[in-house]
Amino acid sequence: MRRPRRVKPLATIISAGLSKFGRREGVYARELFAEAALEAFHRVEDLDPGKDIKAAFIGQMSEAYEHQAHDAPIAASWAGILPAPATRIENACASSGSALRCGIMAIKSGLYDIVLVGGVEKMTNQPTPEVTGILATASDYPFEQWNGMTFPGLFALMATVHMHEYGTTEEQMAAVAVKNHKNGALNPKAHMQKEVTMDEVMRSRTVAWPLKLYDCSLITDGASCLILTSPKLAKKFSDNYVHIIGSGQSQDTFCLHERDSLTTINAAKQAAQEAYKMADVKAKDIDVAEVHDCFTIAEIIACEDLGFCRPGQGGKFVESGASNIGGTIPINTSGGLKSKGHPVGATGTAQVHELYLQLTGQADRRQVADAEIALAHNLGGSGATGVVHILRSA
Amino acid sequence: MVPPRAICPKCRSSRVEWVQLSTQGKLVTYTIVHVSPPQFKHMTPYAVGIVEMEEGVKLPSIIRTSRLESLKIGMELEVDFSPKSQETSWPHWPRYFFKETE
Repeated sequence: MRRPRRVKPLATIISAGLSKFGRREGVYARELFAEAALEAFHRVEDLDPGKDIKAAFIGQMSEAYEHQAHDAPIAASWAGILPAPATRIENACASSGSALRCGIMAIKSGLYDIVLVGGVEKMTNQPTPEVTGILATASDYPFEQWNGMTFPGLFALMATVHMHEYGTTEEQMAAVAVKNHKNGALNPKAHMQKEVTMDEVMRSRTVAWPLKLYDCSLITDGASCLILTSPKLAKKFSDNYVHIIGSGQSQDTFCLHERDSLTTINAAKQAAQEAYKMADVKAKDIDVAEVHDCFTIAEIIACEDLGFCRPGQGGKFVESGASNIGGTIPINTSGGLKSKGHPVGATGTAQVHELYLQLTGQADRRQVADAEIALAHNLGGSGATGVVHILRSA
Repeated sequence: MVPPRAICPKCRSSRVEWVQLSTQGKLVTYTIVHVSPPQFKHMTPYAVGIVEMEEGVKLPSIIRTSRLESLKIGMELEVDFSPKSQETSWPHWPRYFFKETE
């Protein structure tokens, strides 16, 4: 089998941390972030976080959940890395995917030698209708929000066309949920560590037809973080490091109605092409991937956009078992946004946290054998932002 | 261009003018929202979709129908206007809807 050419890494991940995901009553976002940071610090004993971490980029979607903006200095303070410059990055659900890119650029430019990137969201202290409203702020105010288009609604608009054009079925979407819950049941950090049956998914109540409750990701509290350094410095701190060899981000029109096609998310497709080119790898070289399954249809579209299967075949792809652990490209071994949970600002770097575990052989019961190349696919909003990263084991 | 704007995002020309659209369009896609933000609670479940006008531009819209199960991609719709603002804080401008062609 052809192994890809080993390109020079952009930056190197020497550690990763994840808070427990779930309904974390009585815990503030700052505490969740400190929990994730502490785990990352514990993995690298030779690192003195207060002294060595030179900057932080922290993804967070909304100040409405906790009535708290300007959260980056709070998170940095609670993680004990003051006075390092800390900046909040906001790109809706791709906030920490974009924060990771900021960290890569900081390392690659030579401005800083060690940076912390991550994300956090504390969502469950608002009731579900309020959360639905807060999430909807990441869609267009005058045209989408005013027309009552919720996030499940926007992805349902894509699902309806996908079903119409390609014959994708509700059962195929349900298969994504069944698979991801099966993986999530193996992840002690996941919000919902419970398997679900096809029947339970199909019988769950409608949220935005054709999407049902079990087609939707979870409203979750959580935080994630990564410590980045240059490929040269990595060895000094850890034997368990992972190289970032590709990074892509692209944007599309904000509103769905302005797009030519609703069966593809062009921003993610462009971001993937950029990342594949940079990393000099192809879709078939990917051993394991975390994709943005905010709704089951989004994973189906992601598999097509990333080139894991042909356009329109995403439903059949999941049904075939190809994306199961043990399949040709295991997808969302963490449980994904569907079962691990989707604390929106934390999601991008939480995906990379899982891939860090996979590529360093620390994924326990979810471990994909001999994983060398991994891909993370993170969407913002209804796909106005797409962020893709490609990682390689050391 | 919908939404209307001062600069064309494709060619960056600012020589734009208002065009009167026909009232007819076709349904491109739709969903029926069952879990809604508080502002829309009173009308839930409701249908929203994207409508392609005869001129080719597309509009997102609420589809007013008493028969939600009769919605189909490709069906003919016509625009409808609601001059009255609703009692909630937003939406609060005179606005458009789509309904089945009579």
